Amino acid sequence: MQELIKQIRDSARQLLEEGKVHCVIGYRQGSIPMRAQPYFAYTPEEADNLTWSCFCTHNLAKYLIGRKEPSAIVAQGCVTRNIAGLIQENQVKRENIFILGLNSPGMIDHRRVQARLPGKIIHEVLEVSDHLVISGPGFEEKFLKRDVKRDNCYTCTNRNPVIYDQLIGEKGEETGGGNIDKVAAPWEGLGSDERWKRFQETFKECIRCYACRDACPLCYCRECFVDESRPQWCGKTVDESDVYAFHILRAFHCAGRCTDCGACESACPVGIKMRRLTSKIEKDIREMYGFTPGLDTEAIPPLSVYRPDDSEEFMRK
Amino acid sequence: MLEKIVFKDKLDGLLDKLGREYGLFAPVKDGIHTVWTAVFKAGDLDWNFTNTDLSPKGFLFPQTECMLVFENDPGSTEGMILKQPEPEDRPKALFNIRPCDAKAFAVLDLVFEQDPEKPDVYWKEKRGKTLLLGLACNNPCPACFCTSVNCGPHHTDGLDILMQDLGDRLLLTPVSPRAEGFISDLDHASEKDIKLASELEQKAVGMIKGRVNMENIQAGSIIDVFEHSAWERLHESCINCGTCTFYCPTCHCFDIQDETSGVYGRRVRNWDTCMSPLFTLHASGHNPRGGKLARFRQRFMHKFKYMPFRLKGALGCVGCGRCTQKCPVNIDVRHVVNKINNN
Ligand code: SF4
Ligand code: SF4
Ligand code: SF4
Ligand code: SF4
Repeated sequence: MQELIKQIRDSARQLLEEGKVHCVIGYRQGSIPMRAQPYFAYTPEEADNLTWSCFCTHNLAKYLIGRKEPSAIVAQGCVTRNIAGLIQENQVKRENIFILGLNSPGMIDHRRVQARLPGKIIHEVLEVSDHLVISGPGFEEKFLKRDVKRDNCYTCTNRNPVIYDQLIGEKGEETGGGNIDKVAAPWEGLGSDERWKRFQETFKECIRCYACRDACPLCYCRECFVDESRPQWCGKTVDESDVYAFHILRAFHCAGRCTDCGACESACPVGIKMRRLTSKIEKDIREMYGFTPGLDTEAIPPLSVYRPDDSEEFMRK
Repeated sequence: MLEKIVFKDKLDGLLDKLGREYGLFAPVKDGIHTVWTAVFKAGDLDWNFTNTDLSPKGFLFPQTECMLVFENDPGSTEGMILKQPEPEDRPKALFNIRPCDAKAFAVLDLVFEQDPEKPDVYWKEKRGKTLLLGLACNNPCPACFCTSVNCGPHHTDGLDILMQDLGDRLLLTPVSPRAEGFISDLDHASEKDIKLASELEQKAVGMIKGRVNMENIQAGSIIDVFEHSAWERLHESCINCGTCTFYCPTCHCFDIQDETSGVYGRRVRNWDTCMSPLFTLHASGHNPRGGKLARFRQRFMHKFKYMPFRLKGALGCVGCGRCTQKCPVNIDVRHVVNKINNN
């Protein structure tokens, strides 16, 4: 880890010194345990604030949208896939960005760590090779990192950067080891009543803060459907019907574009597992269209295509 | 001497007494979350929590609240009918509310009841009926900084009773007159226990390492603070979600909507957030807070400059640290305020 941090800082410093980029988007140390803060380094000195850890759960691709000046970005596998998607969707210009790509170690789900320490107040968490050392008033514990990873990091298919200008460290394991198709659609085999029940259980505590939407690099509409008022598509309350409508619509808007980066779940203050919808949709997209988003800056996502000779009659008319 | 003592395993008497008049709620763990839950007996209570995830403000200011129901049937001879929704059946007692959250209610009183002639009736009705039995913090969490913002781990503002946890027993201090009846028959506390409670308070205060400094923010003009050069860098990583405002015990902005179906309808108010562009969007399409920086700045200006200016010095922050803990990009209110305070 220390070696990677040094390389990120060195590369960032050089890019800024040479004036190749206006800013380097990366992470700095968070202010509370198990957090990393997105950080923008503008000067060679500020490059020394950059860091890297297994708490870098936010998807920095989000910050490239609408940036005019050339920028460098620290990006692991999933983030480079979202960058590729943004290039394809004309939101980011390839020549405008410099990607410092690196292999993802698999990010930690801080809720899993807390869940193993009920009632404990965590004051410090250190990364020590493949372990976390967690301490607070009256306790110290050591967990294997792989036991407390985020769900999506277990089933990651692209830990190595898909596109990059400079590689930080070396390429490593390509996958998280889990079988994505086995877990992507946990409700698929259930009857509709049971599915509805699981769906309700999963989403009913949502407080509609929209952190999931605002963290997601796919969500860049100038006006989100939930904010439209003429007409108003979606009610504003936290009544179940409004909450469910929001989540179903959001998931469909991500179809064929979601890279399963997990930023939405990491951002959610409630701990809602909204990937249960998006990962099912992505599984369908893989199976029906043989398409995986974000692997190619040219490939058009299947749901963004219109063909006059489409095999479905309703599409042609 | 007003202080009383009660053993935790003998709390059922007090809870029964309260339960005759009030619906009882307390922080209880649900997985990794601590949530406000209905409780009935001493065994339901949790004594080992930091604070609830969501603040208790939803009890008095629900995220979605029906203000009135209406019927507008042109064929009806009764004309337009507006009705008040049914009031809640039972008043509530919030047991083990933390001092910061009770203080937040006291701050919200200044907002919702700033004009005694025209208070917010929805707030006032519930606030007047709700009993607050506070549990002092002996182990403040790392994001807390209540001692910098007119509050503290054993503070009593807003409370009816303060309870200090002495291990197997609680020291109870009545704060409001209406609380006294509930604890009048409990044993008087010993000098020793009173001393122990004040030592615990000193210790808790000492454990709070987070500090915010506001002298320059308070002394400076609104325009100077508004135009501070640090906003530019501070706002960069904010994704403008509403998380910080929804979790904040003192954020209180709302949006009113009419929902109709045929001739029936209801008027609801929902929590709103200054982080959303929609919050200030005019019907003309103009948005006076059109940019992310302006929206980010608003949250802090409101809490640390406009509210004290309008409400005789009262801050819009009680230092609970929820915004810092829940922010998806770890924007730390302490860091923001300290940066803006540097001029
Ligand atoms: S981040 Fe969580 S609570 Fe907020 S809108 Fe999304 S699912 Fe709901
Ligand atoms: S929906 Fe969630 S997992 Fe998919 S790209 Fe957006 S933030 Fe990442
Ligand atoms: S601003 Fe943050 S720390 Fe202050 S009261 Fe609100 S949530 Fe708590
Ligand atoms: S400060 Fe954090 S929680 Fe608040 S709007 Fe910004 S990103 Fe969301």
